[in-house]
Amino acid sequence: MVNGEVVFDAPWQGRVFGMAKSLADAGLYTWDEFRACLIAEVARWEAQSQGEYPYYELFLGALEEVLAQKGAVEPAQLIARFEAFQSRPHGHDH
Amino acid sequence: MTETVPQALRAEALESLLVEKGLLDPATVDQVIVQYNERVGPMNGARVVAKAWTNPEFRKRLLADGTSAIAELDLEGAQTEKLVVVENTSDVHNLVVCTLCSCYPWAVLGLPPKWYKDPAYRSRVVREPRRVLEEFGVALAADKAIRVWDSSAEVRYMVLPEPPADAGSLSEAALAKRATRDSMIGVEIL
Repeated sequence: MVNGEVVFDAPWQGRVFGMAKSLADAGLYTWDEFRACLIAEVARWEAQSQGEYPYYELFLGALEEVLAQKGAVEPAQLIARFEAFQSRPHGHDH
Repeated sequence: MTETVPQALRAEALESLLVEKGLLDPATVDQVIVQYNERVGPMNGARVVAKAWTNPEFRKRLLADGTSAIAELDLEGAQTEKLVVVENTSDVHNLVVCTLCSCYPWAVLGLPPKWYKDPAYRSRVVREPRRVLEEFGVALAADKAIRVWDSSAEVRYMVLPEPPADAGSLSEAALAKRATRDSMIGVEIL
């Protein structure tokens, strides 16, 4: 908590931010490259959607996109991993 | 991925792949989270502001080259490689935005609040800054100029607010407590 405010609404948001920053620091992509993907995600959402602004979903989408562009994580792999996690038994702690 | 996708699971799937590929150490992610939860935040910018209020030479350096000046306080780092500090005066009120996404001077202000990233703030502050300020409770004289600074890929902005009326009687440390995050974005007058 900083400034009396919670920085991340949920742990996954912190993980997403932490991943994006550490991977940029490690040189997998530049922050400008990530930012370009975020700008595109934001523009796409704004053109199509209304209501509660899902910032960290867009941030995660941008991270997936820049990693796909760099050939680091293929979308098909990610979907497969997500589906595998989805079919884990109940009670698994996220 | 649709809106019904549980985001936590999506993030976990990505992290697990990155770790397996040897691209990411989860401990590094932990450290970033702790850093931004505890050490990187507007209390840093407040120290800069308090020093500028009490030290005219520092204030001049800060306005000339924000990046170098904050480095004097050991502040530097991501998203603040090129910092421009804009000064509120009796003639001008400054306001900061990132119209395209959420660019923000992390080293001095931490991560941005939700409203700063929101599409409504981002578009309206450029179109109708005076109205947006009024909604934040800031009523400016009609003839006071408003300058809106849109963060680009290269530059981050921070506002140097005017000091509060009782600034002369306060120590630098006490002044730092008075410099709020919102005043350093430009949506609050102290």
